[in-house]
Amino acid sequence: MHYLMEQLLNGVTLGGLYALVALGYTLVYGILLLINFAHSEMFMLGGYVGLLVLKLLSDPGMAAKAGLGFLGPAQEFFNSGPLGFALLLATTFVVSGSLVGVVGMITERFAYRPLRNAPRLAPLISAIGVSIFLQNAVLLWISSKQLPYTRADGSLFVPAKTLFTVAGVEVTSMQVLIIATSLALLLGLDTFVSKTKIGKAMRATSQDREAAGLMGVDINKVIALAFFIGPALGAIAGIFNGMYYGSVKFNMGFIPGIKSFTAAVIGGIGNLRGAMLGGFLLGIVESLASGFLSNAYRDVIAFIVLILVLIFRPGGLLGGSATEKV
Amino acid sequence: MARPTVTERAMGITKDVSAGKKALYAALAVLIVVVPLLFQATTGLGFLVRILVIVGIWILLALGLNIVVGYAGLLDLGYIAFYAMGAYAGMLIGQSFNHVLGGATYWVMLVPGAIAGAITGVALGFPVLRLKGDYLAIVTLGFGEIVRISLNNNIFGLTNGATGLPRGNEVVVPPIGVEWLRDNIRFETPLGQFVFHSNLYWYFVVLGLIILSVILINRLDDSRLGRAWAAMRENEIAAAACGVNIRTQKLWAFSIGALSGGVAGVTFAYVQQFISPESFTFMESVFVVCIVVLGGMGSIPGAIVGALVIRGVPDLIQGLAVAGVLKLPGETISHITSYRFLVFGLLMVIMMAVKPEGMIPSRRRARELHPDDEAMRDDEDQSLWDVEHNQRLSNQKP
Repeated sequence: MHYLMEQLLNGVTLGGLYALVALGYTLVYGILLLINFAHSEMFMLGGYVGLLVLKLLSDPGMAAKAGLGFLGPAQEFFNSGPLGFALLLATTFVVSGSLVGVVGMITERFAYRPLRNAPRLAPLISAIGVSIFLQNAVLLWISSKQLPYTRADGSLFVPAKTLFTVAGVEVTSMQVLIIATSLALLLGLDTFVSKTKIGKAMRATSQDREAAGLMGVDINKVIALAFFIGPALGAIAGIFNGMYYGSVKFNMGFIPGIKSFTAAVIGGIGNLRGAMLGGFLLGIVESLASGFLSNAYRDVIAFIVLILVLIFRPGGLLGGSATEKV
Repeated sequence: MARPTVTERAMGITKDVSAGKKALYAALAVLIVVVPLLFQATTGLGFLVRILVIVGIWILLALGLNIVVGYAGLLDLGYIAFYAMGAYAGMLIGQSFNHVLGGATYWVMLVPGAIAGAITGVALGFPVLRLKGDYLAIVTLGFGEIVRISLNNNIFGLTNGATGLPRGNEVVVPPIGVEWLRDNIRFETPLGQFVFHSNLYWYFVVLGLIILSVILINRLDDSRLGRAWAAMRENEIAAAACGVNIRTQKLWAFSIGALSGGVAGVTFAYVQQFISPESFTFMESVFVVCIVVLGGMGSIPGAIVGALVIRGVPDLIQGLAVAGVLKLPGETISHITSYRFLVFGLLMVIMMAVKPEGMIPSRRRARELHPDDEAMRDDEDQSLWDVEHNQRLSNQKP
């Protein structure tokens, strides 16, 4: 029972990460009907950019080397106490999320926009190209090895300490942080899309791009926004992933990317709440399966779930039965 | 000119071929035979034959995937799984029977390898072929990973995990003739000593397989099945309405493509005399897709030239650098694979925007990929008008 609860907790943590990444897939698919294959690379880039920002904001030596010595007083504040740490995280998320979001917008502008009226295979292949390019760019120009996700003194950014105990299960601060932040971001995005004007424009565009354009919605702006929000959330998941597992590598995006896509499909691709639900479900299923069946096959289990869902309920749990328009 | 002969028809040459083109083809044929012999004879260049063999296997793979992606229009991102199934089936069964089969092992193993590939193709195809383009791509990707992870985890105790096959105490028997040719055909040439090395043997085996595949695929493209694929990829609903059984045709494309992947896999296993899951990663699948897409979807010369350029050129640079002919810093050599992926990633993006039909496009596929082309639509309208016009004329006659 204790073991089951532990696995459930791991699953929910993992699920939070999947949900964040899955939102990016679902946002883009809802509007463009494109599987943004390069999205997993946004998750990876997030891990790297986040590490850089974290180091610049917390490590005096690093900042001095980069010519950002004036950050000194801010670093002192960031390194002192829980409030400083919270602000350090928040700043990192905002800065790296924006940077990766901009990368996402650039890929959209150059790799997908010229293909908007092409047959559906063309943008998919283009997306695979972007993904391969980004992965190997990081390998060649940053590092082909694992980079440790640690402070200057080699300690983890979030110390692995138990925050509280529920039913005998120890909940670490990292897990609380991941679950709380991802839930907050998911809620925020949901409110943004359902309550604001630009959110309404996004929903309209995903229902019918042409009609939305005729009603005065700036389609290019909406699509660019989707390509900003998705990668930004993916980047935050990438930072969490780095902190949780303690390292980043150039190919770290591939498997979580596929799994998050699976999560989006489980929930019903194109459906935001579905992606969140799917993320948590997949995280839990994977953790339970790896805990009780076989850890070596944990990735296989996620792929099997994907295949089964696509075969038996391609519309997903929350998606309606998809009918193809002729 | 005279009617095409039976051989010409079998090779798909139904049109008259001009004398100039004939000379070109003849020159190409001579080149294909002579160049590896020259490489083998020249001291220090023998390794190039080896590279040609590997490139040849990639041509086989590209031709196989071309059936699935180019003809049937189904994006398969897990194609390497069929290659892996062929390689492992050929190796596992071969190792249990090589004391009986001896030098015939490789040749006999082509059969179970091909069957293993085809069965996997059908097994995967049956449930997933209802899916549309991009969903199918993801599912095939997942399937490819499932196969690789299972091989890596020594599934059923058969595959020896990450260490690969054959197991430590086993040897792979070279096929009939390799030893005889090596021991008996050797003589001095002005360039160096010529030995009929096993690489040359494999070169001609792979060449034979490529020629066979090209002939078969060419005939397939012209058959009822090929026409059904073209109809299906252009408009599935219209094709179904015209009586094309979509699932059966897709299944055929999948299994034929998988079958040739299996054959390539067995050949790879026996050429290398060693296989491990590392040779069957997602990146290898992407590589084959790159070759087919950049070469030209649905185009046989495209797949061949694609493999030569995309696989051959970087391998050549790497080979020359390792052999010391080309001076490159050590770090660059070890990163050639990454550099080529970097370039191919970029090329895929640019190609899709500029020339989605590839380097050597199939004419029909090029038209499908440029639906907005004004001139093309005029052409089509004109041809429709021509048909109607001719019909009207023929109706008036009686």
